Amino acid sequence: MTDRITLQVERYRPEQETEPTWQSYEVPLREDWSVLDGLNYVKDHLDGTLSYRWSCRMGICGSCGMTVDGDPTLTCAELLTDHSPGPVQVGPLRNFPVIRDLVVDIDDFMHKLVRVKPWIVREDDDQPVSEGEYLQTPAQMDEYQQYSMCINCMICYAACPVYGLDEQFVGPAAIALAQRYNLDSRDQGARDRLDVLIHPDGVWGCTFVGECTRACPKDVDPAGAIQRYKLTAATESLRSFLLPRGAR
Amino acid sequence: MWLLFSAGGVLAALFLPVLLFLFALAFPLGWISPPEYGHVLDVLGHPLVRVGLWLLVFLALFHWAHRFRYTLYDGLQIKHRAGLVAGLCYGSAAVGSAIAVYLLWNVP
Amino acid sequence: MTQDTYEPRPYRRRISLFWWTERRTYLVFILRELSSVFIAWSAVFLLLLVRAVSQGSDEYAAFLDWAASPWVLVLNVIAVAFVLLHAVTWFDLTARATVVRRGGRRVPTWMIAAGGYVSWALVSVVVAWILVGA
Repeated sequence: MTDRITLQVERYRPEQETEPTWQSYEVPLREDWSVLDGLNYVKDHLDGTLSYRWSCRMGICGSCGMTVDGDPTLTCAELLTDHSPGPVQVGPLRNFPVIRDLVVDIDDFMHKLVRVKPWIVREDDDQPVSEGEYLQTPAQMDEYQQYSMCINCMICYAACPVYGLDEQFVGPAAIALAQRYNLDSRDQGARDRLDVLIHPDGVWGCTFVGECTRACPKDVDPAGAIQRYKLTAATESLRSFLLPRGAR
Repeated sequence: MWLLFSAGGVLAALFLPVLLFLFALAFPLGWISPPEYGHVLDVLGHPLVRVGLWLLVFLALFHWAHRFRYTLYDGLQIKHRAGLVAGLCYGSAAVGSAIAVYLLWNVP
Repeated sequence: MTQDTYEPRPYRRRISLFWWTERRTYLVFILRELSSVFIAWSAVFLLLLVRAVSQGSDEYAAFLDWAASPWVLVLNVIAVAFVLLHAVTWFDLTARATVVRRGGRRVPTWMIAAGGYVSWALVSVVVAWILVGA
């Protein structure tokens, strides 16, 4: 087995080109190295101009999402040995505008995140600190825990063909996070999130391709979250249609 | 609308395989001898069957309409013609359902 | 004072009309969605059957003969395949989208799917019995 592997990286430098180009780098093939380690080697020893995002290097910050050999993934979680003999194709996360090299513009996702109000919303006044914390049973936490695992890495957006075709679609992570709060017993904000979710670009834009769940590095299952909300929303609107008073 | 799509999906999944297999393959090809005309007429004439079959047709057509509309958006990328696509899909489903009412009403 | 102003020029990749051919899972997705066309065809086919039955026993027999003619057969073989695809993917999808809790734990997906398949078998047996067995 050789001890080198080639990374074929998609470069994009707006000041000198209008389209991305490929550039190859040969990096050491160490057993314990991830693709991110390979990129760091490039940056440190071969080409300091390569731009990319990373932080924790252990799969929790969600910064290093990129396209490796066609699949959206966390580069800190992809072992180089899994892609040997290579070359390993590394490109920016799909479905987002590319600012430079492997760095994409995440503003769209950030705006959508704010729109779904991913925080505890209370209708009554907040309980004073002296009264202690809001209590929750393990069963209640179980209801939303899976959706709380989201690290906002946006890999699901890169995998989702609907988002790729239509940037207006609210998208997997945002809806999963809305559900994380809707299903949290301490939250009273389901009404506040309704408008964003029942919009045609909200849950109704999803055609359950299921690619988001397949790609998610944290097993959040955003597709499941979305379908559950479709049922909730549909039965809610049916109920309010049949029983205009009372039900709400 | 999504509830119609879902209901259609469930009914289609449960009923269409056996019905299509029998009437499109087994009976015409003689793998199973087709039921006597009189028997089929009896079954079809029964009010529950008429209503049930109409429901199946209606929901199956709307299931198709809803799903096909989105497939056109995703596949052919024609979301800018949203109104037209939706109209054609749900419209033809409605026409089919109306024809179904007429046909099932008039079973002797 | 900056010497060069940075003019952002983000690169936006065009999505090809054949995006669904690029991954196996996308292709399966599109096929799954297209199965709905054959669901609609099945509904139409059943309506044609109803019409034939309404018209008389000769027309009923003629309908079965027509159904056995080559092109109709080919169409219906494909239709049956897609209707089966619809059923199988439908049970899988509804199972993945359904969260039911029994005794604190979530009912596993395969169990929900199994419920679907059992119902499917029951319905098929009952329908077949009504038509053929009675």
